[in-house]
Amino acid sequence: MSTPAAVAAHQPDSFAFTPDNVAVAEKILARYPVDKRASAVLPLLHLAQRQNANWLPKVAMDHVAGLLGMAPIRVYEVATFYTMFNKEPVGKHLVQVCTTTPCWLRGSDEVLGACKRRLGIGPGETTPDGQFTVVEIECAGACVNAPVVAIGEDYYEDLDGPAMVALLDQLARGETPTPGSQTGRRGSCPATGPTTLTNPPSPSAPADAATGADD
Amino acid sequence: MLRDEDRIFTNLYGFESPGLRAAQVRGDWAGAKELLLKGRDWVISEVKDSGLRGRGGAGFSTGLKWSFMPKKSDGGPVYLVVNADEGEPGTCKDRDILRHDPHKLVEGILYASFAIGATAAYVYVRGEFIREIQRLQAAVDEAYEAGLIGRNACGSGYDLDVYVHTGAGAYICGEETALIESLEGKKGQPRSKPPFPAQAGLYYRPTTVNNVETIAAVPTILRRGAGWFAGIGRPKNTGTKLFCISGHVNNPCNVEEAMGIPLRELIDRHAGGVRGGWDNLLAVIPGGSSTPVIPRALCDTVLMDYDGLSEVKSALGTAGVIVMDKSTDIVRAIARLSHFYAHESCGQCTPCREGTPWMALMMDRLVEGRAGVEEIDLLFEISKQIEGRTICALGDAAAWPIQGLIRHFRPELERRIAVARQSAAA
Repeated sequence: MSTPAAVAAHQPDSFAFTPDNVAVAEKILARYPVDKRASAVLPLLHLAQRQNANWLPKVAMDHVAGLLGMAPIRVYEVATFYTMFNKEPVGKHLVQVCTTTPCWLRGSDEVLGACKRRLGIGPGETTPDGQFTVVEIECAGACVNAPVVAIGEDYYEDLDGPAMVALLDQLARGETPTPGSQTGRRGSCPATGPTTLTNPPSPSAPADAATGADD
Repeated sequence: MLRDEDRIFTNLYGFESPGLRAAQVRGDWAGAKELLLKGRDWVISEVKDSGLRGRGGAGFSTGLKWSFMPKKSDGGPVYLVVNADEGEPGTCKDRDILRHDPHKLVEGILYASFAIGATAAYVYVRGEFIREIQRLQAAVDEAYEAGLIGRNACGSGYDLDVYVHTGAGAYICGEETALIESLEGKKGQPRSKPPFPAQAGLYYRPTTVNNVETIAAVPTILRRGAGWFAGIGRPKNTGTKLFCISGHVNNPCNVEEAMGIPLRELIDRHAGGVRGGWDNLLAVIPGGSSTPVIPRALCDTVLMDYDGLSEVKSALGTAGVIVMDKSTDIVRAIARLSHFYAHESCGQCTPCREGTPWMALMMDRLVEGRAGVEEIDLLFEISKQIEGRTICALGDAAAWPIQGLIRHFRPELERRIAVARQSAAA
């Protein structure tokens, strides 16, 4: 069971979706039967969190409850059950270090240590300038590219201490590091090249730049 | 070794575009209308005959599961729910399907939905897979635009809506009834069964929940025939499977292989071998974190399928192969999994809610040898008291890794206790 959620002491007075996000919320609601609006609670909480600097104040939960016709307590239950919802402010960059066994076997201790050295903070802490929060997460689901860190909307994979420091340096400079493998391999393919699919049945398949084949 | 022409996931590594045009060149969506026109019973019997078993861990016959759905409509909605809440430590195969071969999944959703008489399908993707969700949504949008899904899908007369749903970080939602609760907008706490989802699932309507890899294998099975799939692997263990090889190998990777491939061949041929050579192998967790660890001696000969791993008191699970060489602190490796399960217990059933943190604390003591030898038996006994006494299998999943450790590495546990005693006495 996840640990009791810390709730921010300083809560904003109000929250409402921006007009753009009202439109997004309408699109989300259209996915579910008209009498099953509560189904949209997770996507709408994600939307609210994105609008509010990546954390969910109580007023945002209340706003979502109002939109969905749910009792506020039902939304609080949901918001505190799922680990992706931050109940207190987090740094501009939320650095989520996976430390479950497959990542640990490949050196997640070293990655956490690099965060500590570069930022001076441990898991659960935020830098005084509000730029970085480091957290430990459970299995990110990218085990063959371990160790893995999720930052923002992207995964950074095949890390070690120096690669982690380099990532943090880039973020501190305001740059966006290239997501995916930091050793340059393609997806989950063996680093030394594919052992299968070397004779694909569709050699003529077009590389469709519009949808992007790259990771 | 499986031949390339028998592989289903031909864009596993994303060497080509995940887009519709490239997917069609790879053969996806070919003859979709004709397959649908063969009828619902044909689709189910073909999948049954192929021997396809659920790829999400439980290994239940997919065709049989589909046949539990009501044969006649009562006029109300019926659902297919695709479980893309991938989070079993060691497992990262569905991620590759979502981001690199999403049309295989969307096409499979069409056939599966048709087979069970579904009126809509939801894909529940773990919330952390933000880029994968975008890729899948793009594929769904393309399929709608091309008339492959939606009203009169592929010109077959069958209507199907497909929706992508986002989770929010809860391993337990990979359990099918917890997933349904979550999709209804609640905490992800598993339901007591019966009723099973086929009778009362999403919104208490008939529902089938299938894993991503299971559904994505269906189009190729229907196109190439049940006999083709059933001809790969061994009886009751048929077909191809995505394996995820992580940990102490030279080249960690995902790869599609024939069911029943020897573990050693899988590691040596595709993952570049064990770091330091096969003799440097300590143990392998063969099927994702829930499956009991097996020591090197069993790894030499074990076959990677349901029956092969069952013979060594482990399981194929999701086929997430976690390799540990002799440098591994095996007790800590398993203790870390105990903390995972303690963190992910939903809190509903007492044996799991209370038992998983207790086992994690106990494992922490065993890591350092701060225990009595008799406490090893106590831990084993407690794990047996959790196993089978909870609504869902999370309690079992937390118990099995510890049971595997005690079964195969008891001397190491006792050695640590002896060392700790000695240093305390000194």
